[in-house]
Amino acid sequence: MEQMKVLVGLASCGIAAGANKVYDKILAIKEQEKLNFELTKTGCIGMCYREPLVEIIDDTGSYLYGEIDDVKITEIIEKHIKTGEPVKEYIVKTDLFENEDDSYWKNQVKIALRNCGVINPEVIEEYENAGGYLAVKKILNNNISQETVIQTIIDSGLRGRGGGGFPTGLKWKFAFNSKSDEKYIICNADEGDPGAFMDRSVLEGDPHSVLEGMTIAAYAIGATQGVIYCRAEYPLAIKRLNIAIEQARTKGYLGKDIYGKKGWNFDIYVKEGAGAFVCGEETALMASVEGRRGMPRKRPPFPAVSGLWKKPTNINNVETFANVPYIVLNGAQSFNKYGTEKSKGTKVFALTGKIKRGGLVEVPMGISIKDIIFKLGGGIQGDKKFKAVQLGGPSGGCIPDYLAETPVDYDSILATGAIMGSGGMVVMDETTCMVDMARFFLDFTQKESCGKCTFCRIGTKRMLEILTRICEGEGKEGDIELLEELAYQIKDSSLCGLGQTAPNPVLTTIKYFRNEYEAHIRDKKCPAKSCKKLITYTVNPEKCTGCTVCAKNCPVNAISGERKQVHFIDQEVCIKCGVCFSKCKFEAINLS
Amino acid sequence: MRIQRIALENREDNHEVVDLSQLDSVIEKFKNKKGITIPVLQAVQQIYGYLPEKAFDLISEKTGIKKSELYGVATFYAQFRLKPVGKHIVKVCHGTACHVQGANIITESILEALKISDGETTPDGFYTVESVACLGCCSLAPVLMIDDEVFGKLSGKTAVNIIKEYQLKHNN
Repeated sequence: MEQMKVLVGLASCGIAAGANKVYDKILAIKEQEKLNFELTKTGCIGMCYREPLVEIIDDTGSYLYGEIDDVKITEIIEKHIKTGEPVKEYIVKTDLFENEDDSYWKNQVKIALRNCGVINPEVIEEYENAGGYLAVKKILNNNISQETVIQTIIDSGLRGRGGGGFPTGLKWKFAFNSKSDEKYIICNADEGDPGAFMDRSVLEGDPHSVLEGMTIAAYAIGATQGVIYCRAEYPLAIKRLNIAIEQARTKGYLGKDIYGKKGWNFDIYVKEGAGAFVCGEETALMASVEGRRGMPRKRPPFPAVSGLWKKPTNINNVETFANVPYIVLNGAQSFNKYGTEKSKGTKVFALTGKIKRGGLVEVPMGISIKDIIFKLGGGIQGDKKFKAVQLGGPSGGCIPDYLAETPVDYDSILATGAIMGSGGMVVMDETTCMVDMARFFLDFTQKESCGKCTFCRIGTKRMLEILTRICEGEGKEGDIELLEELAYQIKDSSLCGLGQTAPNPVLTTIKYFRNEYEAHIRDKKCPAKSCKKLITYTVNPEKCTGCTVCAKNCPVNAISGERKQVHFIDQEVCIKCGVCFSKCKFEAINLS
Repeated sequence: MRIQRIALENREDNHEVVDLSQLDSVIEKFKNKKGITIPVLQAVQQIYGYLPEKAFDLISEKTGIKKSELYGVATFYAQFRLKPVGKHIVKVCHGTACHVQGANIITESILEALKISDGETTPDGFYTVESVACLGCCSLAPVLMIDDEVFGKLSGKTAVNIIKEYQLKHNN
């Protein structure tokens, strides 16, 4: 019998849900009772809504346990680990019998995430055993030329996964064609889109795949130095990257004369960002690496000609690099057999918001939004009505329910007014106000505008002011038209992607939910009952039983009243969070 | 654009007592390298929790980077603070997923309980509360972070309880 293996998902969100405590508990019992099994850490398993997750692999198969706590893990150790009897009621996935969550996995194809949640990201040998670093070795052993590698990437149809969607192979070709003694490879890990965590998960769960992808790119274009520009908000990702880089250096995969090839030098270091969304734009990112304010500059010259320190530079996103070793090792066809005519392969999405099963999913391009939300995601929380889905973060837009059949590919998404973006997919239900969503994103881009272009700097501010007043019931006739006018001016007059796309959330919500804007402006009403200035919560004296539940749950103590007496909400203190409304068993709270 | 300036009252009578002796060794590490502005400032903030005004003078003197450039970078990036902070930093996530799940309620409840405004420090110097962009734990939304510890799936009430319990636990 092979040794039993126990894996604990220890990515940031797992840890936040308490996976560290679970790991420590298993370790303590294992040592105390001298149990014989292998305990290992792994990255994001993807089923975030069931965190913390523990997988047990024994000679009968694999069993994934979800929502593990102190009590459950003790029971699992007693039964499954000690006597080999799985605890069925806690299992969320196994190959041996069907499970209600199976549809979450069925439509997924894991390429970029192939090792996430499978291997221990802190052990290079586990990556190697899973086929890691074989792609580089394949290139060297078969003397595959730089041009052939680039052609493979072009043939695969891989497009930039950071949001732009530019063909990766072509980008490499431009950098290859630039003649210089020094070239750079940069990995853009400045995942700034609020509501997206794909890159974090890849970096935390499979950092070596990114290093290998960068090494292949370096070979292809002839670069000697690599930089990973990572958000400072991702401490665990930075830690694991640094561990991985150190291990790769020890193995001779990074540094001088790498892979035993004389004269091939390539090394990578991690550069921590300092919190600026605009640094996701490539010229701003390079300015930041050079130690300056992250302000974009005019292109051309493109980075492939004059980039970091004025040398030819190739920049790709984390997910893009993670796909590269797989494509090189298995051939372009292994990747482009998935997807649509113009969007090949798979795409990772961070599925969040009002969705039943939120998590990290990787699907073939071309799958419909509806399938992702309802088949994989299991539908809307509390079975409320699906209203819209937000794609592409602050640069993207909201796609309404009636366009849910839209296939996920770069061009179809663009046609709706949204963008593919980096993969944040935030689901909204009937209680989400679309005007407030637009205001939220404008608030974000307005703060994150670097200030270089006047239209972006001041225009977003004016738009935010208008949206704020609409949300507060102070909107005026003509505001919608004014927003549209400003939006097109900002799009036309901004230098970089941030400004050019900043109005998208406003334009798409006006396009699909104009009636909500009008209700705010004309009737001073928020149809989703979400805008605070336009709603009030009051107690219905006829229905209130004085059970005190509302008062106990109010976070700001705005509700007063004796037991068995009618309660009262102090409107001055009330923050309109709606807890009283949802907690009251007697429908005694009115929302108007 | 977000610009935090060094507060005026702070400049007039600068009583800031800062031990700058630790800075020499930090700056030494970065000498003669290129692109060091951000890492130097990050290292300095690591020591003090913020960037003291007097540190700018010293960094500029030792590295030759102009003060205006240092200040320009410090005010550009969200990470850098120009005012002292409390012992523990509460970051309330305001990413898209958290916003949809009611992050505003979390912030308001905490601020109401601590009787401060966003970005301020409690009078006892224990907490500084900040609203931040995405922490990347979207599936646990809404979330907050106290120093390095993340708390998820919050409501206004549980957030306030967590803040209070944390202070009780760490006050000794």
